Amino acid sequence: MKLIVQSHETFIYTAGRDIDSNLPSVLFVHGAANEHSVWALQSRYFAYHGWNALAVDLPGHGASKGTPRAAIGGMADWIAALLDELKVERVAIVGHSMGSLAALETAARYPQKISKLVMIGAALPMVVSDTLLNAAIGNKHVAFDMVNIWGHTGAAQIGSNPLPGVWMAGDFLRLLEKSKRDVLGNDLKACNDYQDGIVAAAKVTCPALLLLGKQDLMTPPKMTKELTAALKDCRVVVLERAGHIPMAEEPDATLDALRNFLI
Amino acid sequence: MIQFHESTHAENIVSGPSYFGFDTLSLHAGAQPDATTGARATPIYQSTSFVFKDSDHAASLFNMERAGHVYSRISNPTVAVLEERMAALEGGAAAIGTASGQAAMHLAIATLMGAGSHIVASRALYGGSHNLLAYTLPRFGIETTFVNPRDLDAWRAAIRPNTRLLFGETLGNPGLDVLNIPKISNIAHEANVPLLVDATFTTPYLMRPFDLGADLIFHSATKFLCGHGTVVGGVLIDGGKFDWLESEKFPTLSENYVGFHGMTFAEESPTLAFFLRARREGIRDFGACMAPMTAFQILQGIETLSLRMEKHVSNTRAIVEFLAANAAVESVSYPELPSHPDHELAKALLPKGCGAVFSFNIKGNRASGKRFIETLKIFSHLANVGDAKSLVIHPASTTHFRMDETALKSAGITEGTVRLSVGLENVSDLVDDLSRALKASQRA
Repeated sequence: MKLIVQSHETFIYTAGRDIDSNLPSVLFVHGAANEHSVWALQSRYFAYHGWNALAVDLPGHGASKGTPRAAIGGMADWIAALLDELKVERVAIVGHSMGSLAALETAARYPQKISKLVMIGAALPMVVSDTLLNAAIGNKHVAFDMVNIWGHTGAAQIGSNPLPGVWMAGDFLRLLEKSKRDVLGNDLKACNDYQDGIVAAAKVTCPALLLLGKQDLMTPPKMTKELTAALKDCRVVVLERAGHIPMAEEPDATLDALRNFLI
Repeated sequence: MIQFHESTHAENIVSGPSYFGFDTLSLHAGAQPDATTGARATPIYQSTSFVFKDSDHAASLFNMERAGHVYSRISNPTVAVLEERMAALEGGAAAIGTASGQAAMHLAIATLMGAGSHIVASRALYGGSHNLLAYTLPRFGIETTFVNPRDLDAWRAAIRPNTRLLFGETLGNPGLDVLNIPKISNIAHEANVPLLVDATFTTPYLMRPFDLGADLIFHSATKFLCGHGTVVGGVLIDGGKFDWLESEKFPTLSENYVGFHGMTFAEESPTLAFFLRARREGIRDFGACMAPMTAFQILQGIETLSLRMEKHVSNTRAIVEFLAANAAVESVSYPELPSHPDHELAKALLPKGCGAVFSFNIKGNRASGKRFIETLKIFSHLANVGDAKSLVIHPASTTHFRMDETALKSAGITEGTVRLSVGLENVSDLVDDLSRALKASQRA
């Protein structure tokens, strides 16, 4: 569905279903230079199992117009504005990578709007290497390759993908290549600049789940110790065979962890 | 573009992240040791269907909420390994195994368009592809305009408001017209339509059409991919680049499909929209799926694709050189020869070689050609290409039999044209065989 948020047309994937005010809602927030389709399997499941599934395209990403927000705080404020436009009072929020920081900040700033928080492929601080950051800011294609290769375990290239017929490394690279110029650099800089994570985590009042890939090279599980300590009610699930993108690498295990936590 | 790890030079290794190289992907892409048995080779999952864990799991698989297999017409674990491997080797996003190359071509067309649509195609095509476009699809309301593949203005001029696809072969059959994919894909994209190529003759080892601008690729995997003349199969590969929503010409992908839970494929995934529709409608409804045993045999072939293609090409180069200097030969059509009209283009697009299938004309008449073919002892006279064994055929009386004289001429075929598919035998034996047969062809 499309609607106007902060003056710009915004796309939200709902699996083609209308929002039902009688159902609970779950909001999926993608990572850097990604868009809603990274949640295709999980969001579709919730949409057909008694939930309003709302997988957003952040401003300037996917089919949403506008300018990408330069800071995590701006993304959180945009998410709050989106919920107001949708007239959805309260959601469970599920964020991946950069989206996990936006979800955390939303839960901290707008606790009344967030019932549960899920952070996937998260770390605090979310440091981005100079090599990657500079390549992304310079709009170098190698930045896509770095995110693609470091973001997945080697199995993304030599399979086999749970989704029959899809070469994970090729599909994800195409998704990154479809992002608009400057978006990856903007997003990675926003992650790198975000210094308020521990303060935000301390403000979160709802239950939280950290869903981590044991083989994640971009946000290694060991980089979540301060985060888990700061969150008042926090569970941690580590997926053995996943890297930074468990939604694709271990889609069923990711879904099952979400179901166990949210339902 | 996916830059493969082609070199072992240290500077390439340390300059940035690299994808696995072509040979590594040929052996491993799509496959892991079997989780249950530890089997290293890809098992042949000879099963029509796959047990659900519970009712919710069943419903979720049917509705694309979970990944997995339901029924082997839609997908099969052995076939999926081949699909993923071919997507990897082509640098694409996803692939679908089909019953044949013809089935792959039909699946591509049927996924993109219906009655009232139009295709612009090269006129230098495999006879089976020409049959489908010229005679069969018009019965279903899809028309094709055939153009000289070398005439870029003709491609552009043939495009109509209802054109939905441009199509050609990477190397045209049988004259080896080199498709100018960079320029023809630009023409297609200016018209907001994709370019589909048949890459059977080149395989991803000799050319990767997605890197040059193509949007969709299909192969007759029967040929060099399998490589041993043992199975019939096809693969259709989605590059994942074309913007189906932006184009506004493909309602099958940009509008919701009642036949699959109201799914709008381009919203479901901007990179996999074509693939998903082909899987969820085309393979499901038309049913031209690949058998798991077939996929296994093609996978065995792909494991040695680069080794075989190198030998196919080196043998072909030696034979082309021999024929070009033989007094009984009127002409040889191979793009590596300076006399070929696409010689310069081939150097740019096909630096590793122009394949192992080519044609030449024997001096004399139809009887000369007959004597030549019947004298050969190592070359097998049959209707196939891309076998490990060397093959020969007379196109005018077989593969291109249904073409009239004008169509034959425009496809570069005469009554004296002979097509060879050069195999992996000792090249000296092949040259001796050809030499004997050429002498016989010239006897009065």
